[in-house]
Amino acid sequence: MKLSHESIEINSGLMIALTLVAISIGGLVEIVPLYFIQDTIEKVEGIRPYTPLEQRGRDIYIREGCYTCHSQMIRPFRDEHMRYGHYSLAAESKYDHPFQWGSKRTGPDLARVGRKYSNAWHTQHLNNPREVVPESIMPNYPWLLEHELDYSDIADRMRALKMVGVPYSETEEEYLANVEQFGEAVAAQLDIHDAERNLLMQGQAENWDGDRTRLTEMDALVAYLQVLGTMVDFGKYDEGYFAEFR
Amino acid sequence: MVQSAAATAQYNYDIVKKFAIMALVWGLLGMSAGTYIAAELAFPFLNFDIAAITFGRLRPVHTTLVIFGFGGSALFATSYYVVQRTSQARLASDWMANFTFWGWQLSVLLGVIGYMNGITEGKEYAEFPWYIDLLIAVTWVMYFLVFILTLRRRSQPHIYVANWFYLAFILATAILHIFRNLSVPVGLFNPTSYSLYSGVQDAMVQWWYGHNAVGFFLTAAFLGMMYYFVPKQAGRPIYSYRLSIIHFWALSFMYMWVGGHHLHWTALPDWASSLAAAFSIMLLLPSWGGMINGIMTLSGAWDKLRTDPIMLFLITALSFYGMSTFEGPMMSLKSVNALSHYTDWTIGHVHSGALGWVAMISFGSFYHLIPRLWETRLYSVQLVYVHFWLATIGIVLYIASMWVSGIGQGLMLRAFDDYGNLAYTFIESVVFMHWPLVVRMIGGMFFVSGVLVMGFNVLMTVRNAKREQAAMEAKIAAKMAKAVI
Repeated sequence: MKLSHESIEINSGLMIALTLVAISIGGLVEIVPLYFIQDTIEKVEGIRPYTPLEQRGRDIYIREGCYTCHSQMIRPFRDEHMRYGHYSLAAESKYDHPFQWGSKRTGPDLARVGRKYSNAWHTQHLNNPREVVPESIMPNYPWLLEHELDYSDIADRMRALKMVGVPYSETEEEYLANVEQFGEAVAAQLDIHDAERNLLMQGQAENWDGDRTRLTEMDALVAYLQVLGTMVDFGKYDEGYFAEFR
Repeated sequence: MVQSAAATAQYNYDIVKKFAIMALVWGLLGMSAGTYIAAELAFPFLNFDIAAITFGRLRPVHTTLVIFGFGGSALFATSYYVVQRTSQARLASDWMANFTFWGWQLSVLLGVIGYMNGITEGKEYAEFPWYIDLLIAVTWVMYFLVFILTLRRRSQPHIYVANWFYLAFILATAILHIFRNLSVPVGLFNPTSYSLYSGVQDAMVQWWYGHNAVGFFLTAAFLGMMYYFVPKQAGRPIYSYRLSIIHFWALSFMYMWVGGHHLHWTALPDWASSLAAAFSIMLLLPSWGGMINGIMTLSGAWDKLRTDPIMLFLITALSFYGMSTFEGPMMSLKSVNALSHYTDWTIGHVHSGALGWVAMISFGSFYHLIPRLWETRLYSVQLVYVHFWLATIGIVLYIASMWVSGIGQGLMLRAFDDYGNLAYTFIESVVFMHWPLVVRMIGGMFFVSGVLVMGFNVLMTVRNAKREQAAMEAKIAAKMAKAVI
């Protein structure tokens, strides 16, 4: 049989099959190895899943579409290092479902915004950005202070996250594994049975939004922003270490 | 007239009409939303402290309405038209085609209402919550079946080249949609779900999806549109059959590799983004293959550009396609990307493709299609010229202002003073961007007013068609009555 393009053009089944082959290869080659090449995610201490309160804050971050203007991915350039801090590691977002690296900086990068500003600053800024940055073009988010935080489904949320690979614990065995990996204090936060209690306690532990009597969406969002980029102690590693993974 | 009356019975034009009208409705809404969020960036008081219309929530409304509402409906309309005309067969199933119509419109509508109420998955261009993802998946399977079953009814042994592109688009979109949206819902009655992937893998899956939404949804499929409507309107055969074969397979194969160029200098391993960059540069060739094939189809009939505003739309669209597929590979170079990434340059680039290529080729095709669907003449050819110039001026203002804003911000953020300190704070770059953002908004207004002109033209065309039809029916009835007496 003579091979010619005509044989494809007159056979819709063959055309479908060959098109499927052509469009499948690129994705397979670029995505699958990311799960098997060990160096893809840096081995680094301190990275832990979010606490229940932080996770609810993250949900609100996604709900408001913060990612449409803010990135969470610092690139290894001198100016970004001076402006934002150490470049982002893959390990730092390994518990992020979905990732929020973003694609546009209408506002500054937030990957290491944690603990750079006070809770009071964040609350005032989110409520009305122009009170602290007069030229800002960010919208006001006054409803974050008005809405009580809904945490009724926090355990279900953690269970769903557990199913996609975040090590929240339900059994004694999983809890002990977390103690081993993250230490006792963190492991306690990751226990799904104590989710509501942990969430309320963290809401009380700090004066997130300036009013301890109510647990608002602002509390959760500020708690999330304040943990961003703070998990790794970069003093522990020399620069050559991270370069090995790139 | 006799022939076209037969055509109505022979083909299902009803479904094409419905999708075409909805494409214009969503297009107008989506582009208006885009102009509004452009205005919010220039004048932030326009957020009005109303959650539903803040930039972060309206931006996915804009992208969803223009990509899936406008672009998607335009593709359904034209693919159903093209597959019937080129196969000389009626659509395989009317109810399945109707299912795709309602499934698609409902997905878009529920999606954008959800975003305004804070229901989103937070993945660019895949923000639909899980239950809409399921509805889209079912709708898409139906679409595939209608398309392929109609194709199998073709009277010619050969599948026409436009249909290859439509087919590749349907298959690729199915794969992309399913794998990007694998996630675990929090509960059966909870709109939230969490992505199966995390961090770096999620990023790679995202841009594999995101860039091929551009590659297959917004490029391959619109090339399918081009391969039917350009030769039809020009009244000439496609320039090179051989070129269409080569660039079809090259485009289908290469596009899937390039998504990683959205992740240059990030925590994605270098091998992956370098591979993506290499393929991005190679992709210039099949992209220009399509552009050349389209533009050269007019060879020997260039005078049509002087007399036919529809041809003007189609050829300008191909020119913008060529321009943005040159700019794209350039921006995928790591050194250029270091400056352009995260800035408005990317936004400008997207819109030179989205407004210049996708929207212009759709407008041109619709001006060809609509009179044929309603069996009449266009209400006003002059208004097509008006639309063309409004659109073109709008695009030029948009792209140029985004170059200024993006390159300007990129340069400011990497500038150092004599002591090695950062020369500018971030907010200084925001202040700098104000005027470019205002010009961009004005560009958007030009473009939207063009669509309004088109909407009016189409509305009057359809009204005239109905009037003509009524007059014709009255005439026939009168004749019949006479005959009976």
